[in-house]
Amino acid sequence: MILIKCPYCGERDQSEFANGGEAHVVRPKNPESLSDKDWGEYVFFRNNPKGIFYERWVHSHGCRKWFNVVRNTSTDQILKVYKVNEKRPDLTEFENTLKSPSGEPSVGSGNFAVKK
Amino acid sequence: MKKKYSITSLIKNSLSDNENWGKMWRNPNPKKHYDVIIVGGGGHGLGTAYYLAKHHGVKNIAVIEKGWLGSGNTGRNTTIIRSNYLWDESANLYDHAVKLWENLSEDLNYNMMFSQRGVLNLAHNEHDIKEIKRRVSANRLNGLDTMWLDKNEVKDLVPIMNTDNLRYPVLGAAYQPRGGVARHDAVAWGYAMRADELGVDIIQNCEVKGIKTDNYKVEGVETTKGFIKSSKIGVVASGHTSVLAATAGVRLPLQSRPLQALVSEPIKPVINTVVMSNAVHAYVSQSDKGELVIGAGTDGYNSFTQRGGYDVIEETVRAIVELYPIFGKMKMLRQWGGIVDICPDASPIISKCDVEGLYFNCGWGTGGFKATPGSANVFAHTIAKDEPHKINAPFALSRFSDGRLIDEHGAAAVAH
Repeated sequence: MILIKCPYCGERDQSEFANGGEAHVVRPKNPESLSDKDWGEYVFFRNNPKGIFYERWVHSHGCRKWFNVVRNTSTDQILKVYKVNEKRPDLTEFENTLKSPSGEPSVGSGNFAVKK
Repeated sequence: MKKKYSITSLIKNSLSDNENWGKMWRNPNPKKHYDVIIVGGGGHGLGTAYYLAKHHGVKNIAVIEKGWLGSGNTGRNTTIIRSNYLWDESANLYDHAVKLWENLSEDLNYNMMFSQRGVLNLAHNEHDIKEIKRRVSANRLNGLDTMWLDKNEVKDLVPIMNTDNLRYPVLGAAYQPRGGVARHDAVAWGYAMRADELGVDIIQNCEVKGIKTDNYKVEGVETTKGFIKSSKIGVVASGHTSVLAATAGVRLPLQSRPLQALVSEPIKPVINTVVMSNAVHAYVSQSDKGELVIGAGTDGYNSFTQRGGYDVIEETVRAIVELYPIFGKMKMLRQWGGIVDICPDASPIISKCDVEGLYFNCGWGTGGFKATPGSANVFAHTIAKDEPHKINAPFALSRFSDGRLIDEHGAAAVAH
């Protein structure tokens, strides 16, 4: 289980929170003029990177407030927590540690990113 | 060349201390060019290569695997096989697989240890009963062998189950006798061996770093063993599919999450069927070694860590101890996680995409093992003919823009 530092309540177990998927997804301004493909893209398609991911969390069993988190999905390390009204941090702020798509050494497998 | 397993070969090799079995497949260096490249050496990928070579006469095929064969979700699942899905499209796809499972050991001359011990889906409240009975009726219309069992019939099948003295009592269940379990590693090994005999190059410890495209047409794959040219590439990389797709500029509606499973210490046979409960999230079967094989849930967030959170196991084990009080003092031996690629409608994607020559077989989420032979079979057809088989046509990527979703959240054992 990971620990998440709620910007309002402080550090708590992840089980107190619910994940809201990718952050900064903007609803199209004029849905009626979108093609089916573009609308489907907005409804169903989300980024799913191995590495740095911007996501939303809600402290459901606490203050019930939403906030944003930058997390490395290959290690579960939380890199930054910021409030919804704060600016999206730039990707260059974080070091992307992945050397290949899988983030594992060129030979063999086995969860290298976590073991370190 | 063809390796046959029989009682005589067993006796012969046991006399020489099992030292002379020989290698089951070659370990070739990659060629410069292949007609078809399959990315991912799990059951689905190896099966695809096998059916491409056997049924479609494709000669020059490579399967490229990052680790060793079956090191991903093929070796991490709870080996359950069933086809009791709600919608016609899914019933066709999953039952196509069950029918292939029934002859797979003979087809490959390799023992899959396929055991049709039946699968139960428990109902714990009025809504469950209605939902499960609806699914049973839908299954029967599709010619599946699912049936409704009342509480006493469930108790007869699984006498150790506590049906009454728990928070969510067991009120009945759907039962599919043709469902069961199989040995998951054998699936990868059996397909690998027979594909290798048909000339497929199985390249292990070779990671595909990117898919090279030019003007919406695939050119080949960049790997840790150099660039390999091909005009047809099938990606069957489960949790890492969207990472690979991104290198070709393709977006897929997938989210990757850890799914956990655990096994207990081995005990004498106590449970001779597979019991699943969606409502309290507990599913359990007993392996031939005697271990209880327990499937836990997915973590509630995207991750590639192949571990999963402890609270997820706790939830499952809590439900299992309540359902089967006699397991209360058992020790768990091992726990592991696999990264599953989850689709918004809990159904897979077996499809072409906007890039010519690039095919995806992904989105199996928490339940891909059961479909291995069926999925491989129709995916091979899709690659060879450059158009989907009628069974996988509804599972196209285009369903996320035309709205023809196949919503199987109710039939998926693990809540997505």
